[in-house]
Amino acid sequence: MSIRFDQVSKRYEGGREALSRVSFELADDEMAFLTGHSGAGKSTLMKLIIMMERPSQGQVFLQNQNLNRLSKRHIPQVRRNVGVVFQNHQLLFDRTVFDNVALPLTVAGYQPREIGRRVRAALSKVGLADKETRLPVALSGGEQQRVGIARAVVNKPPVLLADEPTGNLDPDLSAEIMNLFQQFNQVGVTVLVATHDLELVRRMGLRQLTLANGQLTG
Amino acid sequence: MVKQQTKGASTHSLGMTDKVRSVGAHHRETCVKTLRDLLASWATSLMTWMVIGIALALPAILYLLLSNATSLGGGFDGSARINLYLESGSEAQALLAEIRALSEIETAKYISADEALKSFEAETGFGNILLSLPRNPLPDVIEAKPFELSPLALRLLTTKLSDFQGVERVAIDLEWIERLFALLALGERFVTTLGLFLSLGVVLAIGNTIRLAIENRRAEIEIIKLVGATDAFVRRPFLYLGFWYGFGGALVAWLMVQASLIVLSGPIEQLLDSYQNQFLLEGLDLITTLTLFGVGIGLGVVGAAVAVGRHLHTIEPN
Repeated sequence: MSIRFDQVSKRYEGGREALSRVSFELADDEMAFLTGHSGAGKSTLMKLIIMMERPSQGQVFLQNQNLNRLSKRHIPQVRRNVGVVFQNHQLLFDRTVFDNVALPLTVAGYQPREIGRRVRAALSKVGLADKETRLPVALSGGEQQRVGIARAVVNKPPVLLADEPTGNLDPDLSAEIMNLFQQFNQVGVTVLVATHDLELVRRMGLRQLTLANGQLTG
Repeated sequence: MVKQQTKGASTHSLGMTDKVRSVGAHHRETCVKTLRDLLASWATSLMTWMVIGIALALPAILYLLLSNATSLGGGFDGSARINLYLESGSEAQALLAEIRALSEIETAKYISADEALKSFEAETGFGNILLSLPRNPLPDVIEAKPFELSPLALRLLTTKLSDFQGVERVAIDLEWIERLFALLALGERFVTTLGLFLSLGVVLAIGNTIRLAIENRRAEIEIIKLVGATDAFVRRPFLYLGFWYGFGGALVAWLMVQASLIVLSGPIEQLLDSYQNQFLLEGLDLITTLTLFGVGIGLGVVGAAVAVGRHLHTIEPN
């Protein structure tokens, strides 16, 4: 089992309950959508998987590992196993496309030759092989998002999370991005995509987890 | 540790030697890159280096003057000589042997009354006055040079020596030495206190500079934490920044000390010449230079560690 939530609740200071007794499982080669209106708890759920937040109650398992049992020291190792794609890209604008994509490998201590090989493979996978020396500002929104995706998959993590990855993109580009995620899923990566684009979800015909007021409704 | 999965996309795990090598490589890269960044914005960096340099140079100069004064004090070792005036008719040679055997005494020599008279004659030219007296008024003397010059040791030694059979009186200018030592001790305390305050200043200055650097790179820190950077990885560039600030500050301080020595050496040597004292102002030797750089780098890294410890954990991806 790749991701498992067991009766997970998350209360923030001030008493607001972002997640309430959420339970679900995602198999190793599964791809699913996480939907719900904004504020329904989608981001909180994803933050729990990469230990940006800790649950107030319940347990989160990643690759059969109980995250509650892991100390702060283990957070980097967890994050190296989960690629994350953000709506706002989270790119470093003073570094080239190559350096941005290389970040996960650099922090994990890969050799330069290995970094070069993997970064070029990831960039060509997302169709940006000729843009590696550019700065992110020189790219369009869709291209920036693909740089973010290349960075998320460059170290071949077993799990890929995407938080509103198509939020700012037109339908054609959105479909293209989703197609990329599906390709990763086909080689065995667990993919969870948070989105409020219900039209897109319907078209893809994949499993859907729906959050409403912090509770899983479907 | 998170278990590596065996099916599907494989995660690449690094072996132990690879890890050590890659951490070493990151140290090297970070060290060089941090210096290059500092030099690229050299005007801003120079201001920080000057602040640290001045704070280090001031106690360093005072320390040098003090250690010169101490060696100058040692140079007047004539004053630390103990004169034992002997009773007439005492066994001078036996006494000399006894005194030479004392562990506190470095050397001792016997000056007979006749010899003393001759040197008095030669040095002053008033010999004929003494010759007009019925007999030589000068006593036999043993001149002893002690190992230890501290006032306490000298006092103890004086008491001990006056108990010897045949010694009439022990003479030593203790007050002069006591004053010199008291002054040097005061100077040392002053330099130490000043040094501590200025070190604290250096730590705070570097800490604040590093805090700003951390603030400037907030976005970058958040992102590299998100992609799995360890705390050590995130900390490293800032510690090297502290290292280079300390190193540059020490270099500035070293140049300032050398410059002030050149300015000061003329007047000081002139002053001492008027006391017929051959004296060469001692500069920064290798040990002092290394200490200066060690202190600068140490304070830089400590300042950076303080800033990193206080501010880095507040930056978490959001």
